[in-house]
Amino acid sequence: MKVLTLNFLTCAVKTCKASSDSFPLHPKDAELVHDDLEINPQLLVNVLPRLDWTALRTTSTELGFPELPEQPPSAETLEADEAMLKELHNLLVETQMMEGKLVCGHCGHEYAVREGIANFLLPSHLV
Amino acid sequence: MEYLIRFSQSHETFRLPEIQALAVVEGIELKVVSYSVESPFCVVRLPSEDTARRLIRRSILVQSIHEVWGSGTTLDALHATVVEQTAHLWERYMTCSFKFTIDSYQGSRSNEDKVRIINSFAYLGFAGPIKMRNPDEEFTLFEDWPFNSTPLGLADPKSYYLGRYLATGARDLPQKLDLKKRRYISTTSMDAELALVTANIALAAPGKLMYDPFVGTGSFPIACAQFGALAFGSDIDGRSIRGDEKKKTLRGNFEQYGLLSELGGVFTADLTNSPIRKMPLGTRGDGVRGRLFDGIICDPPYGVREGLRVLGVRDPEKSPWVIPKGIEMYKQPDFIPPKKPYGFLAMLDDILQFSAQTLVDNGRLSFWMPTANDEDQEIEVPTHPYLEVVAVCTQVFSKWSRRLITYRRIPDAEVDQEAMKARVENTTFLGRTADELNPFRRAYFTGFEA
Repeated sequence: MKVLTLNFLTCAVKTCKASSDSFPLHPKDAELVHDDLEINPQLLVNVLPRLDWTALRTTSTELGFPELPEQPPSAETLEADEAMLKELHNLLVETQMMEGKLVCGHCGHEYAVREGIANFLLPSHLV
Repeated sequence: MEYLIRFSQSHETFRLPEIQALAVVEGIELKVVSYSVESPFCVVRLPSEDTARRLIRRSILVQSIHEVWGSGTTLDALHATVVEQTAHLWERYMTCSFKFTIDSYQGSRSNEDKVRIINSFAYLGFAGPIKMRNPDEEFTLFEDWPFNSTPLGLADPKSYYLGRYLATGARDLPQKLDLKKRRYISTTSMDAELALVTANIALAAPGKLMYDPFVGTGSFPIACAQFGALAFGSDIDGRSIRGDEKKKTLRGNFEQYGLLSELGGVFTADLTNSPIRKMPLGTRGDGVRGRLFDGIICDPPYGVREGLRVLGVRDPEKSPWVIPKGIEMYKQPDFIPPKKPYGFLAMLDDILQFSAQTLVDNGRLSFWMPTANDEDQEIEVPTHPYLEVVAVCTQVFSKWSRRLITYRRIPDAEVDQEAMKARVENTTFLGRTADELNPFRRAYFTGFEA
């Protein structure tokens, strides 16, 4: 599961959806894998407006990556900024979370990640 | 300029939606001049030869595209239009090597006949060498014969076209992704050809994000990835994603085709309790922010071969111990949450609502849905005020069909808010068992007898 995916996932529990603490989920005991992939600027520019930048900064820091700037770049500056493209490519596309847990900051529910596949199924008392 | 598309004569109702979608993907202005589901020949107007090549380069249902040199209902009429429309072009092909072929649909001719007809084009005056292999230019006479023409002994086709060959579609791709050679499949894996057509119609392209909420073994994400999109997927049954946890896994399939870099992420989840981040409809209205996907494609379970289930307890009165047991056990790694049967129409409603919330403006939802062929039992195309139906394609089986329905996410400003207020969700109580909940399943197991 690419780190990009973490920016799309919140707690699955319905009562958590309203709380801002339920997103992003916090990685715990995360085992990361790095794949060397060709950089795809088109993808990054397309993804940029869909990212929750504040959440991405949190995830990036929690996974031990260098701190991202406070404000997201605009599409034009990103296209021209090779270092930024590379940094985002490395974090979002090349890095994968293979094992560990994703924890909701609101209800504390832990979603297990095994072999890169997170499990968001809930027990009956939470649906 | 007019161009002739030579379609394959299969999946007829998918052909035009596919080519129209590819025009959107490539940003090409396409005008269909003539088309019929009964004929493989379609005449279109395009800005240039280059756009004609680009239009079909990833088409699954197009065999080839040709520059139109003439057409007519008789051979004489064809010759007249060739002389009238292309006399100024002949000089350009005077010295190159070339070959002349005849492509007869639903008809045949003797070799002598073929040679006689080809020789009737001698006035073109091509003086270059004739090469049957790799000629510089290939000219094809297309003949559209009436059905059953050979047994009926008909002498002439309905119509003729003369075309200069330009390019071939991507009809070799389904073989590359052939299910028979795929490492890991299940009973309901979508065949490679239709998965690729679906990905085309849903506008999968490099840099786009595509999502399949009923991913199974990954047929659709693989097709999307083949076209360069980043693919995401989820399934309520994690086992279908994990496979044998060695080589036969969804990830292993991506590896087999060298598409791992296009695999965004897969996870186990239920669409009714989805972890995907989304906003209530119409809250921001600035087009993209808060909406994640360029396309959503899926083949949801019909409840016949694959059960249709969501998280929850089917009958809490009959099995009151399930919930307390869950509270006690759910933190164990091997805990399997209980599931209950779910309504087919409610599920379709959920897919539409989810897509309206997560697709970017003009993003597409393409999903497969079964229906009975009998009009009385037909299940209507579901609707949603935020989604406009773009195409309905049908694959017919003996007593039932499945349809590929494609929608476009309308920008917020163009949505009819009155219709949204009037929208009634299909989640009213319909029953508890699979049969009660699913009209298609019920009809299927009673042999579609009313």
